[in-house]
Amino acid sequence: MRVFIYLIFSLWLGAAAAGEATPMAQDPQTETRMLAISEELRCLVCQNESLAASHAELAEDLRKEVRSLIKQGKTDPEIMDFLVARYGDFVRYRPAMKPTTWLLWFGPFLLLGGAVIGLVVYLRRRATAVASGEISAGDKARVQALLDEPEQKA
Amino acid sequence: MKRFLIPLGLFLLLVIFLAIGLTRDPHEVPSPLVGKPTPEFKLMQLETGKTFAPADLRGKVWILNVWSSWCVSCRQEHPLLVAFSRKGRLPIVGLNYKEVRGDGELDVKNISPENEEKLVRQRANMWLAQHGNPYSVVALDMDGRVGIDYGVYGVPESYVIDKAGVIRYKQIGPFTPEVLEKKVLPLIEQLEKQS
Repeated sequence: MRVFIYLIFSLWLGAAAAGEATPMAQDPQTETRMLAISEELRCLVCQNESLAASHAELAEDLRKEVRSLIKQGKTDPEIMDFLVARYGDFVRYRPAMKPTTWLLWFGPFLLLGGAVIGLVVYLRRRATAVASGEISAGDKARVQALLDEPEQKA
Repeated sequence: MKRFLIPLGLFLLLVIFLAIGLTRDPHEVPSPLVGKPTPEFKLMQLETGKTFAPADLRGKVWILNVWSSWCVSCRQEHPLLVAFSRKGRLPIVGLNYKEVRGDGELDVKNISPENEEKLVRQRANMWLAQHGNPYSVVALDMDGRVGIDYGVYGVPESYVIDKAGVIRYKQIGPFTPEVLEKKVLPLIEQLEKQS
């Protein structure tokens, strides 16, 4: 009896796996291109998932759309533009390089550059301050006072 | 004391930026379609066997409202639309979005195309009979293909379209009385003055 159940299960699992794999087998080239494109796209329903990974229904529709665009012979940038024209720049995980995104792309380097300049200026100033080795009159008096103090015994 | 002022200033700046960020809804993605002509389509009407195209309303200011009977937020918005339509100000066109395919409880693989259309009409008509019908026309977007052209990613969504057929405003999510009064109505008045 148990063997029989196992057999049914294994058959059923095999059938299910075969059913899911068919679209891949139909046209592996389209499928890999579709996956590569949709990895770059954000699913708008669950915004932290890519279009490739999302199970949202809209994501499925959009994957279908990308597939049919590939079959129509559209290039990858054309397909990207198709989606950006409808859903905006937000669908791209990699923002496009244009004047409004320059700050986004180069801002971190600007901050880093500013920090490095600040550090260099600070270190230089400190180096000259230490090298001159001048002690103010007030400090000298404090040192003398400390030295003159009779040693306290615990 | 002075040396703390710079970090404190930077910290306050950061707080201000984060506070601004908190007031924004990340689900509201600005549509690139605002200011662009309406994407063309030709879809079957719910009321008759005829088709509807956006060009049919050229010369009028109108609203395209994306809805579905399975959409919960549409229920919240619907009484507002019904009340608004009673004033007879402008045509409201319904885009019935994936009535059958969008419903998680139905599996479209088991439904033939003819039956799907029948089911769509039946469900949409029933819902409108129950909740009131604010629409002058309802177009049936059964597979959601037109929805993609309009950048729909959640229902309800609405578009205000001017006389030249250019999208002037997109509402993501349900209309609220405030949005309708303060944003949409003034915009409509302004658009209606244009020739």
